[in-house]
Amino acid sequence: MNAQPSLVVGDPIEILDAAAEPAAMVRFENISKTYPAHRGKPGVVALRGIDLAIARGSITGVIGRSGAGKSSLVRLINGLEKPTAGRVVVDARDISALTGRDLRLAQRSIGMIFQHFNLLSSRTAADNIALPLEIAGWSKADIRARVSELLALVGIADKHDRYPSELSGGQKQRVGIARALATRPDVLLSDEATSALDPQTTRAILDLLANINRELGVTIVLITHEMSVVRQLAKEVVVLDAGHVVERGHVADIFTHPKHPITQSFLAEVTGDSLPVSLAGRIVQEPGGQAVIRVQVRGAGAGDTLIARLARELGLDVSLLSARIDEIGGRHVGALVLGIPGGEGAAARTLAWLSQFQISAERLGYVA
Amino acid sequence: MSPELINLIIQATFETLYMVGIAALIGTAFGLPLGVFLATSRKGELFAAPTVNRVLGIVVNATRSTPFIILVVAIIPFTRMVAGTSIGSTAAIVPLTIASAPFIARLVEGAIREVDGGLIETASSFGASPVQIVLKVLIPEALPGLLLALTLAVVSLLGYSAMVGAVGGGGLGDLGIRYGYQRFMPEMMLAVVVVLIALVQLVQSAGDYLARRVNRRLRHR
Repeated sequence: MNAQPSLVVGDPIEILDAAAEPAAMVRFENISKTYPAHRGKPGVVALRGIDLAIARGSITGVIGRSGAGKSSLVRLINGLEKPTAGRVVVDARDISALTGRDLRLAQRSIGMIFQHFNLLSSRTAADNIALPLEIAGWSKADIRARVSELLALVGIADKHDRYPSELSGGQKQRVGIARALATRPDVLLSDEATSALDPQTTRAILDLLANINRELGVTIVLITHEMSVVRQLAKEVVVLDAGHVVERGHVADIFTHPKHPITQSFLAEVTGDSLPVSLAGRIVQEPGGQAVIRVQVRGAGAGDTLIARLARELGLDVSLLSARIDEIGGRHVGALVLGIPGGEGAAARTLAWLSQFQISAERLGYVA
Repeated sequence: MSPELINLIIQATFETLYMVGIAALIGTAFGLPLGVFLATSRKGELFAAPTVNRVLGIVVNATRSTPFIILVVAIIPFTRMVAGTSIGSTAAIVPLTIASAPFIARLVEGAIREVDGGLIETASSFGASPVQIVLKVLIPEALPGLLLALTLAVVSLLGYSAMVGAVGGGGLGDLGIRYGYQRFMPEMMLAVVVVLIALVQLVQSAGDYLARRVNRRLRHR
């Protein structure tokens, strides 16, 4: 036997590690990533001390503000970036230690889709999807069959000969998805894949990704700055801030009991904690008119009879100024903004009444 | 104009086409790879070799900043070594090639750098080697720009080829100088200029057409 490095087996230590946590498809072990100072610009620490396991077959959403380290994190998984310290294990293989040909072979089992689709303008939809197969050295006949299969899978079989300039954003991303899946990868990485799409198209693309996860068992890791994307698609959430994992868990838990301020601020964007502009402009702090009270809705069916009971038990003509409630992981999450007539006293009674049900609420001010 | 003079013009036109054609071909053979390398060898790029990149950049700049007529004279010993003579159209191909290769390299570099860097990352993400990225991504995507660059190079070569006439290179420029200027035949000078203008128009139109044909970025149905 010669001493060629094996791609399938890896060294014995890795096998032991994998056995210890058999479900992990991707594992970050004490990962740090620092970009060195370059041309007078100071160095940047993108990630620090990341320990994270991503389960096989899961859909994990990594959310963070721009500059939080999301891009670096996802690019460590397919070896586009190397960690400064620590290692990244993908399917029991230390991808951070691979280079050259070994790395390129490993990359075939990890697909990636991009915010701006990154299709070749000089190739048709079919030829774009064929590119990774050409690179992997497939035969022409095999490529043709696989491309047809993929076009059908992503629902654009009729766009076979269209150039990207003739496709809509959603169709381009479908081509991107088909291309990423061409070599039958185990992992699909999504880098803000829906950020350039309108809400309706976003929903359709996320549905497609959910189907792919369900039917092909592909592990999906998606990075985004939009909580709505995480809410619709992900099962697991990782919240990243300034290179740290500040919170992680099941999507329903994160949405109903966000602990970190960053998570709470992300949540506010989807659950409507921010007031409508027309209302926000009219709120004053001097008592008078209606008191404006925001009621957080976090839990199963919490919103159902709340207003009716409040009106009945306290004898108040409660008005609903703004409301947004979503169902996330089977639980209602959102916020109601109520108008309570009767001055400071009524407002205080309302807050007291709500607090006995452990419902968090706050008085924002008054509107005439 | 007498038939002999017209024959002279036709012959000179073929000499010009011969010089420019061969010089463009060899110039591209050297300039294209050089340009691709210049576009991909800075720090952190596909074939990262910053020092080599810098040295080649200086060499390219030096060649390009040398006035062509001086380059022609300065490399006469080299021309004699390669072509066996320093006079005539075949000899003129040597300085034309040496002047065009770095010019083409810079134009190619520009066209390649126009390709969205995201495409390089994308190809890397599914395991393409640097050579595959060049052949399957960069060159096909830059093709419209490359064709326009080549067109520009050929047009410039037509101008340069008129200058080699000054050192016995033959071609339209040579004809214009010898007959139009030295023998006081303004009609000959005019004829030469008209033919050159026509050639430039032809080359430019053909280049524009081809570049448009291969450009799928703004394709209208």
